[in-house]
Amino acid sequence: MLTMKRTPLYESHKELGANIVPFAGYEMPLVYTTMIEEHMAVRNVAGLFDVSHMGEISIQGRDAILFTNYLITNQTTDMQDGDIKYSPLCYEDGGEVDDLLAYRLTETHMLLVVNASNTEKDFLHILSIHELHPEFQVEITNRSDQYGQVAFQGPEAETILQTLTNFDLTQFKVFTCHEIEIAGVKTITSRTGYTGEDGFEILASNHDIVTIWNAILGAGQTKGVLPCGLGSRDTLRFEVCLWLYGNDIDKTTNPLEAGQTFAVKLEKSFVGSDILSAISKQGPTRKLTCFELDGKMIPRHGMEIFHQGKPVGYVTSGSYCPKINRIAAMGYIPADLFAIGSSLDIQIRGKMVPALMVKKPFYKGTSGRKDRR
Amino acid sequence: MSEVKKGYIYTETDEWVKVDGNEVLIGITDYAQHHLGDIVFVEITAEGKTIKKGDVLTTIESVKSANDVFSPVSGKVLAMNTKLEEDSGLINKDPYNEGWIARIQLANPEELSTLMQDEDYHQYRKE
Repeated sequence: MLTMKRTPLYESHKELGANIVPFAGYEMPLVYTTMIEEHMAVRNVAGLFDVSHMGEISIQGRDAILFTNYLITNQTTDMQDGDIKYSPLCYEDGGEVDDLLAYRLTETHMLLVVNASNTEKDFLHILSIHELHPEFQVEITNRSDQYGQVAFQGPEAETILQTLTNFDLTQFKVFTCHEIEIAGVKTITSRTGYTGEDGFEILASNHDIVTIWNAILGAGQTKGVLPCGLGSRDTLRFEVCLWLYGNDIDKTTNPLEAGQTFAVKLEKSFVGSDILSAISKQGPTRKLTCFELDGKMIPRHGMEIFHQGKPVGYVTSGSYCPKINRIAAMGYIPADLFAIGSSLDIQIRGKMVPALMVKKPFYKGTSGRKDRR
Repeated sequence: MSEVKKGYIYTETDEWVKVDGNEVLIGITDYAQHHLGDIVFVEITAEGKTIKKGDVLTTIESVKSANDVFSPVSGKVLAMNTKLEEDSGLINKDPYNEGWIARIQLANPEELSTLMQDEDYHQYRKE
């Protein structure tokens, strides 16, 4: 039996009455009040998530930027200090090891923030790529146990966080990070998130993250800020069609069919670029597609998608979407069946339910919007 | 902590039974609704059917997952709570009263003796 890890905020979750569940080797809060209530708090005001379980892997040294440029599908050579990019991380066969955020901290330090459940796998993968290419002068370190992280997400996040820092947050650009003080403690804060809303992700030491958690909840208490668990984190990311590794993407899917082409720079050489270039020339054979369904039955991961009575694909994620009050799903289907406005069927517990193909996302939040306030 | 209603009897799969002569009212417990989270859909299709103890009475869909509700008794389903079609959240709000699921006419009243008394269920789900 593996010992479950706890984040520095475990005691806070207990005190707040969270329903605690095992996730990626950690005891994590699933929900504090209700998933729908927490979901709506993030859409309407702001919510605070403990994401200390996320992994942090440092790539440091003379070739930190060039090595990362070879390692991930997105480009790092055009980044400035403080820039962040989203990227898939692929195997040579084009399948996905993980998806991540790459922070350029300095010219000689790239920080990769990766999925909790993949941290160890990613770390070993990165070491193996470096072993094949020792010409890159870098040192690779798994720093996951050194950092705590919270995500503060929602249209009011900026206003509320501003009360806790001297840094002018109106000047804080999306997909950048800064070393700033919040509630009197040092952080690496980024304007990023996984909910579709404007917001911040804050890295700090395990000790200081507790201070930040309490300060944000305190500052937001009268405004309707709620602590939010993994349950609403999933419904929020799903409603804006962000990928969940292990559901929508994995080692059997490639970023082109998953709709991540924007983060795949085929003009450079990287792990998986040969195969992905070939796939790109012919066009991917299948496509991750968004569906909306009438009624209230919810398609779940693994359920089959049918076209004229024949199975043609499978659901990767499905949920009730609280903000749009609709049932929705994502799933892979053959590329030639993709047509916005037409329907396929999803088999839910023996019943064929028509599923309308729609444009993504199901809902557009305040993330990256200039008029967000 | 979850509420256990006095005078009701319970199953190991977290259904409750309220006995009313030859008929019973069935629902899921406070523990179960808590565990499921926000309920968005309940199938109300079993009315008029004759079912056996342990058969699937309905499926409850929460944001998190779909979960079967097993009939604690054998008999004829006299009614399903049609209010759940409009507002399945009644199960979250009031699992022991407004959130009842089905009314069943007992075919075999002896089956009731196999269910747990409130105190036993409380012990069973004590966290």
